[in-house]
Amino acid sequence: MIRAKHVVPLIVLLGIGVILTMAVIDMPAFGDPASPAHRHVAPRYIAMAYEETGVPNMVTAVLADYRGYDTLGELTVIFAAGAAVLSLLVGRKLKEES
Amino acid sequence: MMTTVVIQTIARVVVPFLQLFGLYIIVHGPVSPGGGFQGGVIVGASMILLALSYDLSSAETKVSHKVRIAMDSTGALLFAGMGLLCLLVGGVFLEYGIIPLPMAPAEVRGLMILLVGVAIGIHIMALAASLFLHLAEEHDT
Repeated sequence: MIRAKHVVPLIVLLGIGVILTMAVIDMPAFGDPASPAHRHVAPRYIAMAYEETGVPNMVTAVLADYRGYDTLGELTVIFAAGAAVLSLLVGRKLKEES
Repeated sequence: MMTTVVIQTIARVVVPFLQLFGLYIIVHGPVSPGGGFQGGVIVGASMILLALSYDLSSAETKVSHKVRIAMDSTGALLFAGMGLLCLLVGGVFLEYGIIPLPMAPAEVRGLMILLVGVAIGIHIMALAASLFLHLAEEHDT
């Protein structure tokens, strides 16, 4: 049963659903070599990664070298999250002991 | 926690292989699928297996809380330090090729990619073990 208070959220959700569906339909096909993501810097990485880094695994070369800044940020996020969780867990224990 | 001799013996046999496999995945990041995140989680999981099959305090004696926190910070600092090292020798942040080592710039970059993997691995293995051990400790008491 649909109540009056559900009408506005329902319309909003349907609207968002239509927009997202349109966006998904508009996306390039999976693995399409002509899609923008595969035409920007990817060909250069494929051509030069081994020559420039001497690392056969191209994924690692991109992860740790070309996109090193991104990986450092990722590590910082995990570090901050871990430090926050540990400070809560360990801090509570210390508080109980005292 | 209830464990049996069977579980403890199997864990004792499996844990060294698990840790070796994790280190292999970390060190072989540049040449095969894997890397610091994946290998670090495997080494961390070996500590979790130890804690589950024996008890929490035996895992705690292997790697204490302070050591884990130190490893956790060391991994993150090592990575950031490598970026800062590039700044010190006159490059831009994380520009590994500029580091003056007696080898080709491409090889320096390869070496630094390996070190980044090791730094990530140290960080993740300590964090994975720490999170489990502290959550389990909470539950245990």
